[in-house]
Parts: sequence; structure tokens; C-alpha cells
Amino acid sequence: MTDALFEVRAVRYAYDSLPALNGLDLTIRRGSRVALLGANGSGKSTFLRLLDALDFAQEGTIRFDGETLTPERLDDDAFAHSFRSRVGLVFQNPDVQLFNATVLDELAFAPLQLRLEKQEIRQRIDHVMNELDIAPLAGRPPHRLSMGEKKRVAIASVLVIDPEVLLLDEPTASLDPRSQSEIINLLAGWSGDARTAVTATHDLGIVEDIADHCVVFESGRVVAEGPPREIVQNEELLYRTGLLHAHRHRHESGVVHSHPHLHRHGDHEHSE
Amino acid sequence: MRRSFIERTLAALLRAMEHAAASERLSGGRGFLQSVDPRVKLLGCISLIVAAAVSRRLTLLGVLFVAVAVVALATRIPAAQLLRAWAILFAFTAAIALPALFTTPGDAIGSVAGLTITLQGMRSAAFLVSRVETSATLGLILVASTPWSRLIAALRSLHVPAAVVLIISMTYRYIFLLLRTAEEMFTARRSRSVGALRPAERRRMATSTAGVLLGKSMTLADGVYDAMRSRGFRGEVYLLDDFRMRSRDWGAAAVFAAAAALAFWRGLR
Repeated sequence: MTDALFEVRAVRYAYDSLPALNGLDLTIRRGSRVALLGANGSGKSTFLRLLDALDFAQEGTIRFDGETLTPERLDDDAFAHSFRSRVGLVFQNPDVQLFNATVLDELAFAPLQLRLEKQEIRQRIDHVMNELDIAPLAGRPPHRLSMGEKKRVAIASVLVIDPEVLLLDEPTASLDPRSQSEIINLLAGWSGDARTAVTATHDLGIVEDIADHCVVFESGRVVAEGPPREIVQNEELLYRTGLLHAHRHRHESGVVHSHPHLHRHGDHEHSE
Repeated sequence: MRRSFIERTLAALLRAMEHAAASERLSGGRGFLQSVDPRVKLLGCISLIVAAAVSRRLTLLGVLFVAVAVVALATRIPAAQLLRAWAILFAFTAAIALPALFTTPGDAIGSVAGLTITLQGMRSAAFLVSRVETSATLGLILVASTPWSRLIAALRSLHVPAAVVLIISMTYRYIFLLLRTAEEMFTARRSRSVGALRPAERRRMATSTAGVLLGKSMTLADGVYDAMRSRGFRGEVYLLDDFRMRSRDWGAAAVFAAAAALAFWRGLR
């Protein structure tokens, strides 16, 4: 068994004539926790869709555990079943992901499609509802939940299939600080030798908690890779890729001036 | 600023959706029919609706309506909600039935503004109104006493095609979101408008908003389909329906069956 779970080689993808990925090369190792960093429009979400085989590379190849992901391969029932059992994607917008009448139906959807036994489905649902503290929401319609609750249910709807690979698109976007913290704790706790997590984000404050490897995207290409601490300290790189911006800050002396914006563990780190 | 007809309609629809939320609370509470198996209620209500539709006796329809109203109150549907529903339905069906009073040939029993009202016309109008009121009350009882998800699962367990069940379920799920989006689009536009718009400008605004909303709906539909595929959807839908008939359900089924049989027998004689 090779250590590389996803092998991405010279991948190009465009929406009509608008390029999203421009010759992307990347290897994602089994058991790693990878953060995809990049500004809006840098290609992170498109890349996640390709990793989840919702779209396919127009040029280049993506191999998952040695198998090239193509529409024809996903047409094969056995492979599709195996792939969907092993890889789960949490969409950025939970209103897209939560399409069932109740939270319970939402959690049951994927295991039912994967034809698990109903007894096992119920056990999995109970387990994941307790893990994510969403049992009281079971009978509620998803559109009546808060954004934080929707995000937790969206994550639960994927975790219930017990995937090897968890793909997350901006999991903490649009959340209040408390909900962000809950999601980060959840993701930090989801790890293990056989578990691989790939998280697209532009929130530098969370990468050290959720990742052990960072990949920086710019204009559909990988422009840097490395450990989270090394990446978040490379201000020149972060400025260039739109991940760091100047903001106005008032000091106790009353002086107001601009400096880079970087939050970590509640402290306000900056260079002046 | 005075709101347009479309904005007022959207606001009214959103208020109706709030009523739907109240209905969910009612269906989860205590009441005469709340704890009965949804399949029994679904089949029972459909049978009675068909019996009302084919009945040739006004007295039977009257008895059925009174019985259904009593069950509705026992199911703890608020009387005010029932009266409002009946009033709206009456206004709507009476408007449709009105011409029948004058155009149906038969024995004259009076006249209004030179138009003759016939006994047969009155009977036709009374049949229409009483059938609609009875059937709608049965529908209201069904929806008010059954959580939406259980009703959907009941449809599936009665072998309604899974695709149809999924379409109904998702329509209910997303209509809230799209109505809210449409209302926000109108509000956003109004917040940037100065003064009253001319009718032509209002029409243009309404059509362009409808176009944008359609685009957003298409994007949402694509996203939802991708979310389904991502979780293993391959064209077939499976639901976690685990109904079990208890003695109370068998009892309710027997009452529904007897009532429907009696209504058919008496109504068709």
C-alpha cells in the first residue's frame, strides 16, 4: 500500500473559458491533515470538488489510492460505492448540503444510499449525534437551525459514513466565535492513522489546530507547501497570495496605524 | 414606501410558512390523531375525501363535515385556524359556484338583479362547497396531526415512487429558502430605490428579479444534486421508514374503514 492517497498531476480545470486550476501538482498522504490556503477564487473549492469526483480534471490526472478518477470509473457501481464510502465532502454552504425534511433523515441519507443495514444505520446515527451533540435536533427541519447547528449537522451527515477522507470547504466561514471553536475542536479531534482530512480555508487562525501540512494556492496553482507554523510566518508569501491584509488598529496610546492582520490563539500578533 | 403586489404576496407566503412551523409543533403534540400511524391517517383521509367527492347526498356531506370538524377539534387544531380556513375556502369555492345558481336549469326559487336562482343550481353550489370544505378539513387534519417527515415516509411506505417522494420533500425544504431569498432581493432593491417607480419600471424589476431568482434556483439545484452524489446518490432513493402497527393503529384503521364504507354506501345510494 502506497503512502500517497491522492496523487494530483498537472491538473487543469476551467469553468467555460475561466481557468480555475492551472497545472496543479500535489500529493496528499494517507493519514495527513492538510490545509488548503488561498484567497477567494484561488481554486481551493474546485480542487475539493475534483478530489470528491464531482468534477473531473480536463487535463492531467488525479489518482485516488492508485485509481485514476474519471467519469467512466465513477460509473462503475462497485468503485463508486467504495469511493463514496471512503471519501466525504462537507460543502461550504450547509443549505446546499442539508436537503432532507429533518436532521434525522439527513444523517440517514448517505448510509441508506450506501445500502448499510438499518440497524447499523441507527447505531451510526446515534453515535454521531452524541459525538456532535446534535441529538436534540433530530426531528427538526434543517432550515430552522442556526448556522452553527447547520454546520454541525452537515459535518455529521458526512461523518456518519465513517469516511477515511474528510474534505471540508471553509468549515468555519460565517460562524460566530463560539461555533467556530466547536467546529475546530471537532476537526482537531478527528484524526488517526487511517484518517485524512483536507480543509480549504483562508482563516490563518485555525490552520495550526486543524492541519499538519499547509498548501498555498494562487491562481489555480500550488505556490508553497510546508508545516503550518512555517507558512503562517511567511508574511511575504501571505501578502502575495492575498491571505494577509493590512488593517487599522488602535493602540492604547491612541495611535492608529495599519499593520498585517494575523490572529492566533486569541493573541494579536503583528509586525510593524 | 408602499410595497408592490408581488412583495405583499411574498410576505404573505412567508407568513404562511410560519404557520407551517406552527403546524409542525401541533403535529408533535398531544391530540386525538397525533399518535396514530401516519399510513392509517393517510389512507383513511384519502378514502373519506374520495367518499365525499362521489357522494350524491347533501345530508351525508353535512354529517361527514360535522364529524370531520369534531375530529379536527379533538386533534387540537385551533378553532380560529379552522374557521379561517373554512372562510377562505368558502369565499373561493362560492365564487366558482356562483354562476351555477343562475345557469343550472330547474325550478326557480328566487331572483337577484333580474337573474333567476334555481333549486338545482343551489344544490350544485352546495355540493361543491360542502365537498371542498370537507375534503380540505380532512387534508388539514392529516397535515396538522402528522410531522412532515413522517408523512413523507408514509407516502414512501405506501409505494409512492421514491422520486416523487423526494421531489415533494425537497420542494418543501427549499421553498422556504427561495421565498426568503426573493423577499431579500426585493428588500435590497427597495432600499436602493428613490421615490415611487412607474408601472413599467415595476414590471421590469419584477421580471428581472424573477430571472435572477430562477438563476439562483438553478445554482442551488446543481449544488444539491452534487451534495446528493457526494453522499452516494445513484438515482435511487432509500428512506429510513420503520413503521410498526400497534393495536391503537389497527383500531383507528377499523374506524376509518367503517366510516369510509358507510359514506360510500350511503352516498352512492
